[in-house]
Amino acid sequence: MSLTRATRSELTKQFSTSLWWVLALVLVAWVGSTAAGLAAVFAAGASGALGDAAQGPQLPAELIPPMVYSLATAVGYVFPLLIGALLVTGEFRHQTLTPTFLATPRRGVALGGKIVAGIVVGLLFALVALVSTVVPGAGILAAFGVDTQLQDADTWAMVGRMVIAFPLWVLIGIGVGTLVRSQVGAVVGVIAFTQFIEPILRVVAGLVDGLDAVTQYLPGAASDALAGASIYTGMVGGETQSLEWWAGGLVLLAYAVVFLGLGHLLSWRRDVS
Amino acid sequence: MPEGRVLEFTGVTKRFGPVTAVDAFTARVEPGVVTGFLGPNGAGKTTTLRILLGLVRATSGVATIGGQRYAELAQPLQTVGAALEASSFHPGRTAANHLKVYAQAAGIPHARVDEALGVVGLADVGGRKVGGFSLGMRQRLGLAYTLLGDPGVLVLDEPANGLDPEGIKWMRGFLRELAAQGRTVLVSSHMLAEIQQSADSLLVIARGRLVFQGSLEALTPPDEFATLVDAPARAALRTALDARGLGYDVMRSGLSVRGADPAAVGAIAAAAGIALSTLQRRGPALEEVFLDLVNGIRTHMPDAAAPPAIAPAAPALPAAEAPDVPPAEEEAPDDLDEAIAVDRPWEAAEEKTESDVEADHFFSRYDDAPRPDGEGDRR
Repeated sequence: MSLTRATRSELTKQFSTSLWWVLALVLVAWVGSTAAGLAAVFAAGASGALGDAAQGPQLPAELIPPMVYSLATAVGYVFPLLIGALLVTGEFRHQTLTPTFLATPRRGVALGGKIVAGIVVGLLFALVALVSTVVPGAGILAAFGVDTQLQDADTWAMVGRMVIAFPLWVLIGIGVGTLVRSQVGAVVGVIAFTQFIEPILRVVAGLVDGLDAVTQYLPGAASDALAGASIYTGMVGGETQSLEWWAGGLVLLAYAVVFLGLGHLLSWRRDVS
Repeated sequence: MPEGRVLEFTGVTKRFGPVTAVDAFTARVEPGVVTGFLGPNGAGKTTTLRILLGLVRATSGVATIGGQRYAELAQPLQTVGAALEASSFHPGRTAANHLKVYAQAAGIPHARVDEALGVVGLADVGGRKVGGFSLGMRQRLGLAYTLLGDPGVLVLDEPANGLDPEGIKWMRGFLRELAAQGRTVLVSSHMLAEIQQSADSLLVIARGRLVFQGSLEALTPPDEFATLVDAPARAALRTALDARGLGYDVMRSGLSVRGADPAAVGAIAAAAGIALSTLQRRGPALEEVFLDLVNGIRTHMPDAAAPPAIAPAAPALPAAEAPDVPPAEEEAPDDLDEAIAVDRPWEAAEEKTESDVEADHFFSRYDDAPRPDGEGDRR
C-alpha cells in the first residue's frame, strides 16, 4: 500500500535528522519552565504564601491547575506548527522533492504520507509537551498545598483534548509550509503570527467590545477553546467569548483542511525543476 | 535481470510563459545501448528528462517508459533510476538514511541500501552525514539512489559533473556494463567529448528541438575529413596551398586542410620545397559538426531508421538566424584529444577528501576490467 510506504518514508525522514529532538528539547525547556514558573507564582498567591503584600496576579485555586497544564498547547502549539511547516519546506529548501516524487509519483499520496506521519509526530510532541507541564506543574502545586486536580476526570479530559490539538497543529503547519514553500519565510511567519500578531489581537479583543466574537475564530483561540483552559482566560481576565471545545477543534480542523487543500492545489502539484 | 524498456517522446512541448523550452520533441531511446543526450546548456535537456519522469508537466505531447507514463508505473524506482542533480540531499542526514528514506517509499528491501552504497564505493561512509560530502561523493550517492531499485532504465543528467577523471572513467565503464546487460541508459551532457566516449547512440537537442538522432558514426559523414599540416615556414605553406586552390582553416597547431589527404598535402609541400613539422589526418570533426547542428547551420538526419515524425522537427533554422549565435570560437580546440585535455574543470575543482581517495581506489579496480563489449577505448 503506497500510503503506508510513503508514511514510513516520511517518519524516517523526520527522525533521521536532528531537528525533531532539538525542537523537543526547546519545547521541554520553554514550556516546562513557563509551567513551573507560573505554577509557583499562582500557587504562592493562592495559598497566601506571599502574604498580604502579594501584588501578583491572583487566580482562584481551582483554576490554577488547568491553566498550568494547558500551557502545553497555549504556549507549546508553536512547536507542532513548526514541525509541520519544516516537514514540507525542508523538501523545497534541500531540493529533495525530486527524489521524493520519483519514489512516490502520485503527489496526493506523497502529501498523504506527510499528513499521516505528521499526526504521529504531533502525538509524540503532545506527550512531550504534556509531561513538561503536568509533571513540574503538579509537583509545584502540591508543594504549595494547592489541589493538583489530577484525580479529576475533567483534568484528564482536558489532557485528552490537548492531545487532539497537537496533530491538528502539525497539519496546519504542513498546509502553511506547502503554501509558503520558503523555509525562512515559513518559520518567520509562524513565529510572528503565533508570538505577536495573534496574542496582540486577542488582548485587544479583550478590551474592545464585540471584537472577541471574531477573534475566537483565530487558530490560537480555537486551540485554547479545544483545550478548554488557557493562560489568556486567566491573564486577560475579562469575559472574552470562547467557542465550545468541540467547535474549537472543528475550527482548527477547518484551518488544516483549507491550508492543505490550497497547498495541494496551488503548490504541491506544480512542476519540480 | 531487470529488462530495459523503450523510452518514447512524442511531440513533447513545454512552454514557460512565452519561452518554449522544449519544442515538439520526438525521439525513441532503445535498451541495450548507452544513449547520449547532447545539447548546450539551456537547450532543454533537463526539462525533457523531467517531463519523462513526471516531475514537469508537458504543455503537450507525451513521454513514456515502456508505453507507460512515469506516474502510471506500478513500481517506479524498480523500473527507472534517475539522477538529476547533485544537490538533492538533506545535509544533516546520513548517506544510508538518505537511501533508506526512498527505499521505504518505494518498497525496496533495506538490504539494497548497503548494496547500492557498495556499488558506488561509498560503503565506508554510509553512516556519515551528506553535508560533509564532496561534490564527487554526492554524485556517487545520487548514482546509488538510481541503482536502489535495480531498475531496467537509467536516466542520468550530467552524471560526470563533479567526478574526478578516474570517477568519470569508471562511470563510463559502468554505464556500458549496465547497457550491455540489456538496460536502457540515457545520459545527458553538454560536453561532446564526454558523450563521444561513453555513448553508442546519440540525441542532439538545441533550443528545445531534436536536431539529430542516430549513431555516433552517423553524425559525421565519412568523407568529411581534413589533413592537419604545419611547417616552420607557415606563410610559404599557405601560399602553396592557396596556389592549388585548397581551402584550409588556420588552427593553433597548424593548418587544417579540408578534403585533402595527407599524401596530397605532403606532395604539394614537397613540390614547393617546404619542410613540414606536422602532417596528419584529422578524423571527422565531430566538434564542428556538433556546433553546426546546434547553431542550425547544418541539418542532417542520416539515420534512415528514424521515425518519420521527427522530420518536421528537423528543418534548418532560417539562415538569417545563424549570425546571432556566437560563431565557433577561433580558439576552439582543433583536435578532440586536446579538447578533452583542456576541458576538465573538475580537475582543479576541489580538494579530495579522505573518502574520495578511498572511493577512487575502489573505482580503480573497475578501470582495469575489460569492457563488456570487448572494445577498447574509442580513442
